[in-house]
Amino acid sequence: MIAELGQFILVLALLVALVQCVLPMVGSLTQQHAWQFLARPTAWLQFVLVAGAYGCLLTGFLKDDFSIAYVAEHSNQLLPTAYKFAAVWGGHEGSLMLWVLMLSVWTSLVAYFSKSMPISVISRVLSVLGFISVGFILFILFTSNPFLRELPAPLEGRDLNPLLQDPGLVIHPPMLYMGYVGMSVAFSFAIAALITGRLDSAWSRWSRPWTVIAWAFLTLGIGLGSWWAYYELGWGGWWFWDPVENASLMPWLVCTALIHSLMVTEKRGGFKAWTVLLAIAAFSLSLLGTFLVRSGVLTSVHAFASDPTRGIFVLCFLAIVVGSSLTLFAWRAPKVTLGGTMGLLSRETFLLLNSVLLSVATAAVLLGTLYPLVIDALNLGKLSVGPPYFNVVFAPLMVPILFLLIPGTVAKWRSANLAEMFMHLKWTALISVMLGALLPFFVGEWSFGVFLGWTLGLWVGLGTLQHMLERVFKPGRIGGSFWGMHFAHLGLAIVVLGITGVKSFEVERDVKMAIGDEVTIKPYVFKLNSIDEVKGKNYTASQAQFEVFNSGQSVEILKPEKRHYLSSAMPMTEAAISSNLWRDLYVSMGDPLPGDAHQLSMRIYYKPFVPWLWVGVLIMVLGGVLAAFDRRYRRVSPNTALQTAGQALSGSELEGSDAVGGLMNQSALGEHSPQEQSDHAHGDPNSGAHVPS
Amino acid sequence: MKKFLILPLAFFVVLVVFLAVGLKRDPHEIPSPLINRAAPEFSLPTLSGTTPFSPSDYKGRVWMLNVWATWCVSCREEHPVLVAFAKQIGVPIVGLSYKEIQPQDDPEKKLSPESKLNLARSRGSVWLDRHGNPYTLSVMDLDGRVGIDYGVYGVPETYIIDKEGVIRYKQIGPVTPQILSDTLLPIIRGLENS
Repeated sequence: MIAELGQFILVLALLVALVQCVLPMVGSLTQQHAWQFLARPTAWLQFVLVAGAYGCLLTGFLKDDFSIAYVAEHSNQLLPTAYKFAAVWGGHEGSLMLWVLMLSVWTSLVAYFSKSMPISVISRVLSVLGFISVGFILFILFTSNPFLRELPAPLEGRDLNPLLQDPGLVIHPPMLYMGYVGMSVAFSFAIAALITGRLDSAWSRWSRPWTVIAWAFLTLGIGLGSWWAYYELGWGGWWFWDPVENASLMPWLVCTALIHSLMVTEKRGGFKAWTVLLAIAAFSLSLLGTFLVRSGVLTSVHAFASDPTRGIFVLCFLAIVVGSSLTLFAWRAPKVTLGGTMGLLSRETFLLLNSVLLSVATAAVLLGTLYPLVIDALNLGKLSVGPPYFNVVFAPLMVPILFLLIPGTVAKWRSANLAEMFMHLKWTALISVMLGALLPFFVGEWSFGVFLGWTLGLWVGLGTLQHMLERVFKPGRIGGSFWGMHFAHLGLAIVVLGITGVKSFEVERDVKMAIGDEVTIKPYVFKLNSIDEVKGKNYTASQAQFEVFNSGQSVEILKPEKRHYLSSAMPMTEAAISSNLWRDLYVSMGDPLPGDAHQLSMRIYYKPFVPWLWVGVLIMVLGGVLAAFDRRYRRVSPNTALQTAGQALSGSELEGSDAVGGLMNQSALGEHSPQEQSDHAHGDPNSGAHVPS
Repeated sequence: MKKFLILPLAFFVVLVVFLAVGLKRDPHEIPSPLINRAAPEFSLPTLSGTTPFSPSDYKGRVWMLNVWATWCVSCREEHPVLVAFAKQIGVPIVGLSYKEIQPQDDPEKKLSPESKLNLARSRGSVWLDRHGNPYTLSVMDLDGRVGIDYGVYGVPETYIIDKEGVIRYKQIGPVTPQILSDTLLPIIRGLENS
């Protein structure tokens, strides 16, 4: 009953999504207010229905209803309850349900926190979101229905893939999906703006917090995925340049570019066409990622079971959504006015360079990801593109990005003074280079790579700290976006320092060991004490016990496991890791060596600075959250809009040291007029880019 | 007027074309180095008979080798196809029961090779009784060594071996009625007539 109910509710949700997609859009184009006002209630109703359908599927899992084929394939009576929640999105069908649920959450949030926006704008935005929802619900109903029954029901389910039975994986997909799906909000704002042709500061101000919060989720999702791979896969690697990882990295890179470009659009009215293109690209790449993962066109460790019908459906949807957006873009963008003048050396220039470099990096990743597919499609053979390509292409692109980051935050809008900037940053630069050159000697071997990586990491970190300190000692309220930006940059610096450290100084040993054997890495001695059999709830495992000594002192006991889940043929490696701020000690069990029962292959790794990656990512996420919740983005009623404009003025003054002049030019008040009709009547060409339609 | 603004659309159209072509290809279709090589020799006990089987027993005939296991889920999808079309295929189908006894079946590692073989035989027979038996005979590859020789990536896989004992085709993943009629049967007919 529960499955049929779920499916019925999902069909209702589809109908509501159709209404949400069609009527508000038609209403906004034909000035029918009543139809526009349908946008919000339908968004909320859709959320309730999708959540209901999702709840039905979840109930199927919690009740071990194995007559539902999807439950039987991804759960098991022995599965711990917490993992039954995670099992809902453990397979293709359920993960799509999660996708749609996330989309409806974002949609209702947009509907709720948009009271200050004119109804014609919000009705278009919600309509575009409704369209995306229609596409995905159709996808579920026609190709990937999780509510299908299989009768007679099997007595026991097949169990969740043991790889997914890990706390990291319980939160990784929801975070990643929040990020992916969040891109649809920035996309919808961009499309709504393109339809009206009003690509103005108000549009970028509305998009910014949504984009930033989606970015924070995506960052967290990618970080968790990397963390999971490192702890669970047992290879000691945290990034594999796997197509699915790339599929999440590409929207992240574009979204990062988008955040920076939106800033120029908001503050200076510049880069409008470019910003819109980035917003379209970020969501397109999220959709492309969905396509790549689910169609089976690429091989990947993450890929869901491939099914050509699903691939065709996603491809058609991708073609419709992205194709029509880019057509709209090609048609509308030529009429968009250019922003205010900008000097050759100005903050705008740095932000433009940032955007371009990030886009080039995305293109490089896209090329590497799709190259095997293109070669195969041209009948030139089968090949795969591995980490060497990505490392060679990606790292050099990051060097200028990191170098330009600090001058970019210091430079003034419109026109900056090179000599002034040099004087301002010379000590930071000098200290970074000196520390970058000296520190490697204290940690291990000196190499150019570690010198460059650490110098750039220190440069970004120290430059950011310098800026933060200077600001703290100046009077005036400091806005959330100031802290947000600097925390995000600080997090990035820590990640860069960490990646450089682990890449340069890690030691990996794959050794044969018998009980009583010792292995020495750096100051640590690893001694294999014993191997025991242990039992978990739904697995048995052989567990090795290592004692780690540092200069004769026992410092750590590590217990890696090789697990055999009762319902799966594949043994799972559970690495044992001891972390402190400076290093990880990582031990994972390999397979027993054939012909010798007493010896086991063991992977013993010394991984310095790995914790810095996770700390850095968390600080970046914190930055995103702080920026998104900046007071000036808070929801306001129309009669306080004027006041907000004032706040915005002071907020931006704090962000760019001398931005006031620029803002004065822009007639900030005009952008904030509550009535839509007068919105673009005010001000100079910088503020409202009104396109006569 | 600003013609370059149409570039993203043009780029996207090209991308979609490639993705559409890519959809028709299977990235898992790895060219096997064993194609057109002699099928590796082995001698393994069979599921129900008393004499072991070797590929050389079928010299002069075209035959199929199908890798299966009772724990393999995709096999359940494939099995009815083999059962239904066994007559139509018209050549002997040899089952290779692959690593029937999994590590978790014997966590204490107490089973002797003989009792493992007996357990595997009884499990395999029960399974074939329930789901139908398309095989002329089935050989028991308990430790998976023959699987390694044949380059088995996963279960199920299907090999077509010609009259000279040369592997002519390898199908990775379940055989569907479509694959059977479009690919496997034409190859088998061609080899039989040569």
